[in-house]
Amino acid sequence: MSLLKLKGLSVTYRTEEGPLPAVRDVDLTLERGEVVGVAGESGCGKSTLASTVLRLQPSSATVSGQVLVDGEDVLTMRWGDLRALRWAGASIVFQGALHSLNAVRRVGQQIAEPIQLHEPSVGAAEVARRVGDLLEQVGLPASRAASYPHQLSGGQRQRVMIAMALACRPSLVIADEPTTALDVMVQAQVLDVLSGLVKELGVGMMLISHDLSVLADMSDRIAVMYGGRVVEQGPADQLFTDPLHPYTSALSASFPRIGDPAARYAPAGLAGDPPDPRELPPGCSFAPRCSLAIPDCTTAEPPLELKRPGRGVACIRVGESV
Amino acid sequence: MTLAAADPAAAAAEAGEPRRRGGGYRRYALGKVLGALGSLVFMLVVNFFLFRVLPGDPARTLGRGRLSTPEQIAEFNKTYGLDQPVLQQFLTFLDNTVHGDLGYSILYHRDVSEVLVERMWPTLLLVGTSTVLAALIGVWLGIRAGWDRASRFDRFTTGGSLTLYSMPEWWLGLLLIAAFAVGIGPLPGLFPTGGLHSVDADPSSLSGVLDTAWHLTLPVITLTLAYLADYALIMRGSLIDELRSDYLTTARAKGLRDALVRDRHAVPNALLPTTTVVALNFGFVVAGAITIETIFSIPGLGLLTTDALQVPDYWLLQGVFMLSSAAVITANLAANLLYGLLDPRVRT
Repeated sequence: MSLLKLKGLSVTYRTEEGPLPAVRDVDLTLERGEVVGVAGESGCGKSTLASTVLRLQPSSATVSGQVLVDGEDVLTMRWGDLRALRWAGASIVFQGALHSLNAVRRVGQQIAEPIQLHEPSVGAAEVARRVGDLLEQVGLPASRAASYPHQLSGGQRQRVMIAMALACRPSLVIADEPTTALDVMVQAQVLDVLSGLVKELGVGMMLISHDLSVLADMSDRIAVMYGGRVVEQGPADQLFTDPLHPYTSALSASFPRIGDPAARYAPAGLAGDPPDPRELPPGCSFAPRCSLAIPDCTTAEPPLELKRPGRGVACIRVGESV
Repeated sequence: MTLAAADPAAAAAEAGEPRRRGGGYRRYALGKVLGALGSLVFMLVVNFFLFRVLPGDPARTLGRGRLSTPEQIAEFNKTYGLDQPVLQQFLTFLDNTVHGDLGYSILYHRDVSEVLVERMWPTLLLVGTSTVLAALIGVWLGIRAGWDRASRFDRFTTGGSLTLYSMPEWWLGLLLIAAFAVGIGPLPGLFPTGGLHSVDADPSSLSGVLDTAWHLTLPVITLTLAYLADYALIMRGSLIDELRSDYLTTARAKGLRDALVRDRHAVPNALLPTTTVVALNFGFVVAGAITIETIFSIPGLGLLTTDALQVPDYWLLQGVFMLSSAAVITANLAANLLYGLLDPRVRT
């Protein structure tokens, strides 16, 4: 049984300007100990996807489909079971740790909180020892437990978030843009910590980022989202080096590769903005920005099809004899 | 992979950092205490000169025309030290104040400090009880209303609070007197119309204490209702500001029940602005509720102020002013000290 399986997941927000479909019919599978990257521009539905896994979406959202964690549907689970699953079974590393941590409580208390909640039999001394161990695991001295969030740097706070996410030894961690708020050097350090621990502890991770090169580095498989749908998925290295969907190509071309002078001297951006989910273009939602678009692209939304072994692509032009 | 080695620079920076928590609060508190002392001195200066520039010549006002000859006026001024140069008067004033001598009340023919102490207790009892009750009930209402925003409870509480807030407190007091004390209400004579205790009651006995409580019920209810709205609305507003915060999503993701998310995470953050208002309002406890003390004939500082103004009894007024300013400064200090305890961010 898969650790996480999303089946036909759709999330629609009610807004004053009408319904906003943030996630549309997403299928995604994550096995135990596997790292799956989710890529896409801001507004493509990545973070909504993350919050839905633990049913944390705002009350203005209607969700359909299934979110199976260890075979159990999170969306229809009883509240008590859901609370038991939260953090102990699956935890989240949120982006922007300054706001995701409670400013008036010591970080040690905040790391200890889920342990005390989910393992009430653990004594206070043992909890303190585990908090210290967790902090050391992410490269912070155990004495940092006494600090408040504002006394830490951005990178340190993000490490605290990681320590907190691992506190109850979950089998699934969802990392929602864990490093976007950090500068590049610190970002690399935090990613090192995260990927090291995930491997060491055998945790399955859904890593969400707009940075395809980070995902290529850390993930086993990648799903690329556009306009709320998965438009391409496959093994990480293949997807980055040999993208099939025109959007993936554009995304991967926008990050210059070291040792590739062609990419360096011709940085390729993608013109235009992601579509407004309330007014998606007809047919393929990427068509208006796509250099390969043909009139057929705007007639029907292309389904996600296996175009090569293990490579699903939602594009009618892939597989044509180009 | 060894993680600490993955980033030696950060680890070194973290290890070398001194702990500065306890010292942080001590330094913060010391600064606030010094600031309060400064305000206190400033208040004394203002208080002294305010009464010197006030229109009206004490000898003429207080003499009511009886001090007619220049000799009599000179005699009066000599008795009260008014013939001295202003600077000398100020030094005498400082010296006396520091020693607890606030002058002599010509209205009561007693020391001002004695009158103040005597009149302070009814006010503290009335306004203090009301403020504590209003803060507790108001904060509780605000938390429940804000957390379930737009629920029926919220609409009812907010509507009720705004109604009470816009109602003059003396009018509310009169309504309560009409309803529960005089003959026209549903329960005439349930509570007395005024006074602090019955004429024959011994305030030190148990029955005397109950008698005082009985007398204070209506005025305390009036003031509690009048103050309540302030706290309820501020607490509701600050809690609503927190509702969409990311750290609450974190708390929910951890699997905490809704009530724990609220009480352990949202409320401590939302309490910060409310604490300031509550603590500051405690400063006005001493200033009293002039209208309510008048309506319910409670012999507190409020009633004392109105009486002193009519004479006018300069020394007594000066004493009342000093006492209430000192209370406001003290409450302000308490608010700052409490704020530093509640919010770790302000003390570093």
